[in-house]
Amino acid sequence: MPTKIEKDSHTGTDTTGHVWDGIRELNTPLPKWWLYVFIATVIWALGWFLLYPSIPYGSGYWHGLLGYSSRGDAMSGLAAIHEQHKDAMDKIAKMPIADIARDPKLMETAITAGRITFANNCQPCHGPNGAGRVGYPALGDDVWLWGGKLTDIETTLTHGIRSSDPDARQSQMPAFGADGTLKPDQIEAVADYVGVWWGVVPASTDTKAGAQIYAENCVACHGEKGEGNRDAGGPPLNAKVHLYDGSRAFIVSQVNKPQQGVMPNWNTRLDPATIKSVALFVHSLGGGE
Amino acid sequence: MFIKHQTIERNAILLLVLALVAISIGGLVEIIPLFTIETTVEHVQGVRPYSPLEQAGRDIYVREGCYVCHSQMIRALKDEVERYGHYSLAAESMYDHPFQWGSKRIGPDLARVGGKYSSDWHYAHLKNPQALVPESLMPHYAFMADTALSYDNIGDKLHTLRIVGVPYTDEQIASAKSDLETQANPQADSKALLAHYPKANTVPGNGKQVTELDALVAYLQVLGTEVNFADTSEESLRQ
Repeated sequence: MPTKIEKDSHTGTDTTGHVWDGIRELNTPLPKWWLYVFIATVIWALGWFLLYPSIPYGSGYWHGLLGYSSRGDAMSGLAAIHEQHKDAMDKIAKMPIADIARDPKLMETAITAGRITFANNCQPCHGPNGAGRVGYPALGDDVWLWGGKLTDIETTLTHGIRSSDPDARQSQMPAFGADGTLKPDQIEAVADYVGVWWGVVPASTDTKAGAQIYAENCVACHGEKGEGNRDAGGPPLNAKVHLYDGSRAFIVSQVNKPQQGVMPNWNTRLDPATIKSVALFVHSLGGGE
Repeated sequence: MFIKHQTIERNAILLLVLALVAISIGGLVEIIPLFTIETTVEHVQGVRPYSPLEQAGRDIYVREGCYVCHSQMIRALKDEVERYGHYSLAAESMYDHPFQWGSKRIGPDLARVGGKYSSDWHYAHLKNPQALVPESLMPHYAFMADTALSYDNIGDKLHTLRIVGVPYTDEQIASAKSDLETQANPQADSKALLAHYPKANTVPGNGKQVTELDALVAYLQVLGTEVNFADTSEESLRQ
């Protein structure tokens, strides 16, 4: 039952007038300074309601006097970062890639941008600093599938290999065994012929039959002496650098039903200046031509 | 004047009614904005329902709890946009039931992983992540390569999704099974598949059976690839 508000004799504080089973509730108010700060924050909040996007209504919302949007903020923040390197990156975008390599200052920017972009996008397949992995070419050596000149690398990066880009580099090795073009013994013979180049078949082996089959089926893409053909995307076979495996059994399986990798086209993810920077970085890894 | 507290506390019905009023104010503030969802989801071109194989892959993604470590939500922050690509749109997950935004990133965000790596890479990486990324903490999912995908009920799945608002057509539901098989077989004629699901990526498959891995890779390869941001103005995304 509520009782009269009175002073508690023990503490000297007012009671609230609420009593339960003879226990009276003390009224201990908030400190004044605390209360005023609280009221001030409420007023402050009203200001924020006005300045920033806040109240929703029917088909929209109050956009705020400052016109702030988190999306706009992110994009302008990004633009501000790009602005710092804008002059250099604009130059890189416009200049032919070979000329950039002759400008040490521009080259410094390009290599840095290229290194960072490579680590984020290319490393998962090609390994740190282009060391390569099984199925993903090493980029620091002299063996190139599609060419190691700056413009070659730039094209490969831009359009990809067997990617969904219409200008992608395309090559399709036929499945000689699976399609029935070559019989198993013919495949064994050609594996002997190529295996001698790889050093996995004794050089004294009779490879005449294999040479004949190679000349009829493989020369167009892989070259007469296995030197490869970059225009056709035929990898060199005499390089002793192996993308998948260096064994004779692998030659057999590859002729039977080939494995072929895919490189994505980066023109949908990276801008031209960044692609050029990555090309310059890759070229600088040691194998650039 | 006001109704005294004393009066309310002594009248059970009045207390009940006023408590309901107070609670419903809180409820309405949360519910009413949902009625304006049409104006909240951006109007962009290209977002389509998942193809049957992608949808099956999505179910595996959810089953395996990939969302525990991977988010699918590039926030509108400059460092995220710089690393992962354009910030995610509401429209891009409008056919997700439930969405996979997530808040934990033990692994990287996957909202735009589609097309970033080759399908072969995804197969190798899912089987043994450490073979490609030595410092990775990700578990191995090699068993999926040997597990046949169960897809007898794929048409029913699409039908169920239609009930909750994904606009699958009768034709898409009827051809769900053949579309699924087409997408896992590079040799198949993909004309009907592409008519139903533009830009659907065919996955290599193993030529024998459709595996769970095929479905998962097909799903990963479509993530974030549907909207062409080159044709979308920044202003149109701020509404």
